[in-house]
Amino acid sequence: MNNRTNGMTSGISRVALGCVAALLAACGQASTVETTNTASAPGITATEVKIGSTQPLTGPAAPGYSEIAPASNAYFQYVNAHGGIFGRRITYDFQDDGYNPTRTASVTRQLVLQDTVFAMFSALGTPTHLAVADYLNSEKVPDLFVSSGCNCWNNPSKYPYTFGWQPDYTIEGKILGQYIQQNLAGKKVGYFYQNDEFGLDGVKGLDLQIPSASVVSRQNYVPTNTNVGPQLAALQGAGAEVIVSYTIPAFTALALLTAAKLNYHPTWVVSNVGSDVPTLTGLLTKFSQGKVGGQLLTSLVTDAYLPLITDTSNPWISLFKGIHDQYISSFPWDGNVLYGMAQAYTLVQVLKAAGRNPTRAGVVKTLETTKLTGGPGLAPYGYGSGNHLGSLGVQVTTVGADGSLATVGPIYTSTDSGPITQYAGTPATPPANGIPS
Amino acid sequence: MSLSALRWPPFVSPTLGRHLAMALGAAVFLLLVSSQIGAYDDYNLAAIALFAIATAGLTVLTGVNGQLSLGHGALMAIGAYTTSLLLRGRELPLMLVLLASVTTAALIGAVFGVAAARLRGPYLAGATLALALGLPQIPTRYKGVFGGEEGLTVSLPAPPNWLGVDFPRERWLAWIAIAAALATMVLLANVLQSSVGRRFKAVRDHEAAAALCGIDVAQTQVQAFVLSSGCAGLAGSLFAYWSGVTAPGGFSIPLSLQLLSAVVIGGLGTLAGAVWGSIVLVLLPTFTGGMASNLNLPSSVGNNLPLAIYGAVLVLAMLVFPYGIHGGLGRLLGLVRARWGQTSTNHKGVVDWDDPAPGG
Amino acid sequence: MGRFVVLTLNGLTEGAIYAAMALALVMIWRATRVVNFAQGAMAMFTTYLALFALERGAPYWAAFIVALLCGLLLGAVVERVLVRPVESAPPLNVVILTLGVLLVLEALAPMLFGGQIRSFPAAFSIVGMRVGSLAIPFSPFDLFTLGSVLGLMVILLLLFQKTDLGLRMRAAAFNAEVSRLLGIRVGRMLTLGWALASMVGALAGVLIAPSLLLYPTYMDQVLVFGFTGAILGGLDSPPGAVVGGLAIGFALSYVGGYFGSDLETVGALVILVAVLMIRPRGLFAWQSQRQV
Repeated sequence: MNNRTNGMTSGISRVALGCVAALLAACGQASTVETTNTASAPGITATEVKIGSTQPLTGPAAPGYSEIAPASNAYFQYVNAHGGIFGRRITYDFQDDGYNPTRTASVTRQLVLQDTVFAMFSALGTPTHLAVADYLNSEKVPDLFVSSGCNCWNNPSKYPYTFGWQPDYTIEGKILGQYIQQNLAGKKVGYFYQNDEFGLDGVKGLDLQIPSASVVSRQNYVPTNTNVGPQLAALQGAGAEVIVSYTIPAFTALALLTAAKLNYHPTWVVSNVGSDVPTLTGLLTKFSQGKVGGQLLTSLVTDAYLPLITDTSNPWISLFKGIHDQYISSFPWDGNVLYGMAQAYTLVQVLKAAGRNPTRAGVVKTLETTKLTGGPGLAPYGYGSGNHLGSLGVQVTTVGADGSLATVGPIYTSTDSGPITQYAGTPATPPANGIPS
Repeated sequence: MSLSALRWPPFVSPTLGRHLAMALGAAVFLLLVSSQIGAYDDYNLAAIALFAIATAGLTVLTGVNGQLSLGHGALMAIGAYTTSLLLRGRELPLMLVLLASVTTAALIGAVFGVAAARLRGPYLAGATLALALGLPQIPTRYKGVFGGEEGLTVSLPAPPNWLGVDFPRERWLAWIAIAAALATMVLLANVLQSSVGRRFKAVRDHEAAAALCGIDVAQTQVQAFVLSSGCAGLAGSLFAYWSGVTAPGGFSIPLSLQLLSAVVIGGLGTLAGAVWGSIVLVLLPTFTGGMASNLNLPSSVGNNLPLAIYGAVLVLAMLVFPYGIHGGLGRLLGLVRARWGQTSTNHKGVVDWDDPAPGG
Repeated sequence: MGRFVVLTLNGLTEGAIYAAMALALVMIWRATRVVNFAQGAMAMFTTYLALFALERGAPYWAAFIVALLCGLLLGAVVERVLVRPVESAPPLNVVILTLGVLLVLEALAPMLFGGQIRSFPAAFSIVGMRVGSLAIPFSPFDLFTLGSVLGLMVILLLLFQKTDLGLRMRAAAFNAEVSRLLGIRVGRMLTLGWALASMVGALAGVLIAPSLLLYPTYMDQVLVFGFTGAILGGLDSPPGAVVGGLAIGFALSYVGGYFGSDLETVGALVILVAVLMIRPRGLFAWQSQRQV
């Protein structure tokens, strides 16, 4: 509130400061001197930084995914309650696009042109966000941490302002494929995947590790058609003993239920996207009277790039669970909430690292030049001048009989085409106040 | 044979000059408006214009000719995919792209039209719904050509240099869309007043009677389908530029249903109604979206409030304004005139734009 | 178990649900000449109400009855309050009106019950049965689903063909003016027709929820395929609706199984259009179209 003095003087000082800043910037020392907040970029005032997002809050993709933005917002509220970022409060303006690329295009323009957000953050979905990536980059709006594992966000020459966040689906597929090769060798493998870039990128990664001779059947589904009986029957008919499932949670549940109906009990290996245990348990519990319960999940293999949601002793989980209980207790505590909060933490890290009075280009530069460390992610981020990839790796996990998750083996990192390497770093712990310094 | 029939080809109506003058007036007005508003409003203006093209085409098919289409979004998809495929990795003149999209959609529309001419009422609705459901699956199946679920990206057309470097692309698109919309309106208004338009209505009002008068019913229905598909193709092409991406998710069943509801909300069977409908279609969500986020509601309520309002508007409009906004305005105007002691002149015969929807 | 058998049984259970939805649509069409696009959303809403009862400790069968009764009530209310006033308006208006009802219900459900995907219990086990050592991909619950749809069809057939009430309902739907002259309370009969149809829809909602999972739009697909089945069979024929619904179920299953799931809807719809080209008023339309 320190700027609510005389408008004239603050205006003058802003101009003066701008001149000083420009001079100092020429010497490359800008960040060390600034002590007053200025309106350094669109969406930034002395007291506020405005962030925008497009999310599926209604429609078929809303169940589950509509929790992500409120979870991010809960973390921002927590940060605001503890002084904000350089005294600025974060305003998170997330709009519904119903997972419809057309509405994404319109709503994104509203956010940029009408609501004047400083940056886009966590915009969800591959087809939806591809609709606006060109636009955001031509307007030079930072497009941070797209909520999708498409490797299309890692394209600094075409999309200099766009950054991914979660490990891309191909890297994840490679690491899951390696696990299958090492632990389920010789078994017949079947694929069940969503027929879009999510499933296809995942399959690309799996194929790099699993010899094509052991893949006996490849079945896909489209999310608008919930009858997966024919696909599961084909996998069963081909004798697949392991099913790798690149599915969203509802389709993981549908596949598990359909397999039960077919008396078909393969080993399930499920992509992180479709394996959130609280969600799946919720989807399967009601069947206990029909002798199919949560035990359907037992020994399911999946992977993680964040601390395990069931691991209450983990300091990150206790931090985020605490914020969840304080701000959005009506939401279930599940992987979507954890995802939204962890993303929000990363954004606060970047905004802090970008200095007191960031510009849009400055934020991008910060991400490309400063190593972001000490966050909740298990693997390091890949951000660099030639790389806009987020988290570089995952750790394989399995589900126990009681629904708890356990990690298997080390954290692995990779790139789309490079080798898989073991990550030796130790996990970070959050700062005492839960806000990056 | 009357004199006018000798003087005019069958698709040119005697009021062509008047329609042109009205369009010119509207063009000047909209150009002025678009230069005074911000880029986001220009973007919405472009949306209104392009949806008006689609709804005008649909109102000719459904309102004037009586063929119910629940799959007009699929015809827009044909225009949009034509545009996106033409622009894949190359640049082409806008006019060429628009014309190609119109032609493709009209040709494919002709094929559907032949099939549709055999079907009536709910059976036609079911078949067109099938079209809306099935067509978006094809890009998913043939990813190499159509880009799969992620679709094909298209960038906004660049304004010509003489408008200056800072001229907003959104405004340029709005101008293009407005020009296209006005051209479409003039064409459709002209067709509706010509003998072709009269045949459309005759078939709608009474098929058997129309046939007895020597009208080829099936041929007339196919003509209406082609005209309507061409409009949908033009709208789809502009839609591709406007949304920046052509993906199956943008052409799902809700789009088709939105177009139909816009036509009915605006006032079925009138071109003015089509414009009203597209205004509601574009502006209502931006209005309710802002309202919901300002109300500080619990997220489960706030998120779904715009949808609830949209649904409630549809229900209430049908209960209160059975002839849509255009019909409602006409009635209001009639009341005002009656109050001022003037006899309400029936101007329907003069301007066919005000032709009301067919009764039950 | 051969693939064909698996696909056939899969198509049978899916088809039974589409048949129930088609039956509901046909009953409303026959009563009021309206295609009720809100049918699926109404069934979704009554299933949520059943879940609401379950979560407050009601036993399964009580919740089942709750869904059916609420369906009966919702159908009557929608007909009496919303559809009746637009009877005389242009015929497209009621289509838009039912679309509006669909949107309102799909927005209300997440407001009232939360937007997460929920599971809904099945009355019986959903694990495939075993005969000796042979595993059959057909569960006791599938059997129940199929049995209830067929049973319901028989009951409705008896109601319409053998009872006085059924006769009056048919008369009211066939010719309202003449029926009024004969002393039939046409309005009541139409409301009753909507109520019964909506109950059939509610049954479909409760039966399919365990295998589709429950979320606000889960019935959209069922409605579209139910409608497809209804016009395939012929909108004026209840047996046609059941046959059409089952045919769509089989078609989807076979196309999905043999040609790939991404062609599933395309394939089923090609079949629909092909049938309509040969029989423009559905498979079970016997009366020739009235021309004048």
